[in-house]
Amino acid sequence: MNAMNDLKRKVLELLKEDARSSTDLMATLLGADEADVKSVIEQMEKDHVIVKYATVVNWDKVDDERVTALIEVQITPERGRGFEGIAERIYLYPQVKSVYLMSGAYDLLVEVEGRNLREVANFVSEKLSPIDAVLSTKTNFTLKKYKQDGIIFEEHEEDNRLMISP
Amino acid sequence: MITNKTQLNGDTHKSMNSYLAPLVQQIQPSGIRKFFDLAAGSKDIISLGVGEPDFKTPWHVREACVYSLEKGFTGYTSNAGMPELREGIAQYLHTRFAVEYNPANQIIATVGGSEAIDLALRALISPGDEILIPEPCYISYSPITAIGGGIPVGIETFGENHFKLTAADLEAKITPRSKILILCYPSNPTGAIMSREDWEPIAKVVEKHDLIVISDEIYAELTYGSNHVSFASLPGMIDRTILVSGFSKAFAMTGWRMGYACGHPDLISAMLKIHQYTVMCAPSMGQVAALEALTNGMEEKDRMADSYNQRRRLIVKGLRDAGLDCHEPQGAFYAFPSIQRTGLTSDQFAQRLLLEYKVAAVPGSVFGLGGEGYLRCSYATSVAQLNEAVERIGAFVTQLESERTQ
Repeated sequence: MNAMNDLKRKVLELLKEDARSSTDLMATLLGADEADVKSVIEQMEKDHVIVKYATVVNWDKVDDERVTALIEVQITPERGRGFEGIAERIYLYPQVKSVYLMSGAYDLLVEVEGRNLREVANFVSEKLSPIDAVLSTKTNFTLKKYKQDGIIFEEHEEDNRLMISP
Repeated sequence: MITNKTQLNGDTHKSMNSYLAPLVQQIQPSGIRKFFDLAAGSKDIISLGVGEPDFKTPWHVREACVYSLEKGFTGYTSNAGMPELREGIAQYLHTRFAVEYNPANQIIATVGGSEAIDLALRALISPGDEILIPEPCYISYSPITAIGGGIPVGIETFGENHFKLTAADLEAKITPRSKILILCYPSNPTGAIMSREDWEPIAKVVEKHDLIVISDEIYAELTYGSNHVSFASLPGMIDRTILVSGFSKAFAMTGWRMGYACGHPDLISAMLKIHQYTVMCAPSMGQVAALEALTNGMEEKDRMADSYNQRRRLIVKGLRDAGLDCHEPQGAFYAFPSIQRTGLTSDQFAQRLLLEYKVAAVPGSVFGLGGEGYLRCSYATSVAQLNEAVERIGAFVTQLESERTQ
């Protein structure tokens, strides 16, 4: 069982590094059976451990205008359900890319994406703020993304080692 | 003597060479240099020729150094190195390899493992002493021995024996002038390691012939499947052994040039004399970084070693699929496949591989006896590059087969 958990963890690490890694390659790297690798992946997909295979995109390099904002939201929790119901109301909007329940000065951190400032502003003023439980919002527009999901966007990790060395 | 300017400006090359010490004149540039020059002129090369980690020094190590610089820690340290660092090294060697050294008089922090080896040899060699060196091995041992006035004596190790040193092969090379045995396990270039059982008969020979051992354990943290056994940890060997190691390989700190030597107080004291009159002390900022690496770097080290292990499996499989015999390296980050079946010398193979298939690897012949017929392939490079490299090697081997059958 522990060996299986170990394999799961290692497969996840490889997939985090490159979601397109083949099961054949992963099996070689890990010194494992390809059938075992396939089976732990299937199991983790079924269990929703692996939720989705996504791509980290640097949209700044694509000719496609996008604006992202991180919105700090204070809310009144609902009796019996706490933050769950209100979080759901918010995350169901397609403009909302992520929602986190936070400790500290505000309750939810909501990441919203739109084509321009006005679109995001409209979302906040017309959709988010009017929700009864929402006490306040503070909108922080993202000016530049330097790093996401552990990937540094601008750094070119050039291999500047000598071609041959002892 | 220089008598006038004309003499200097005239046939400069010849006249200046005549000033050089004969020992230095006799040293040939390393075979690696030739390949470096060849590779330098080519583009889009995948390099398996690199003897250093492809990771950057862990961030916390860099950060600790930068912080110490900001605080103005820029002066000399004591000759042997910061006491905290020596204590850290002693503690580390005790925990990891069960060897005990007194940080007060048995450890010197050096400018890389290279300086430690040089110090050991210079402290020990009298002209004409024979220095036993199992080969294939790291390219510097033999030249440094010769520069120090010693006579390098190679001991061939063999692929069919996983390039381990055997007591019989060692003993066969011992003469009354034999004084020092230089060991390097895990091995650059073969990836061989030695188990306790492998070491025991070697220790007996060392004792019987009253040898001193310089044990270069720079790759000790990079073993796969079994833990490194320090030669100094064998019964009776600690006083006969100068343990040399450093931070370059385990902590991806090659450019910092931080190493150390540990041994009997008398030997270390002699080495310290040379060290204090030549480099004074290892760079203070490097010492701070080294201490941080030892104190808080084990997790990162494990992560890097895990990654090498994965790529080791990949390259060994890739080389075998490419049609080359490849023993399983158990340490360091080199695969050492045999290219004998191709009918080329290792130099020819490496040259053609570089020029025709744009893959740089080092011919085994540059590593001394027993290296001919092999190729050193470093797997400290990305998975994508390794995959591409072994594919190109496969295509090259196939081409060679068809050339042979035509």
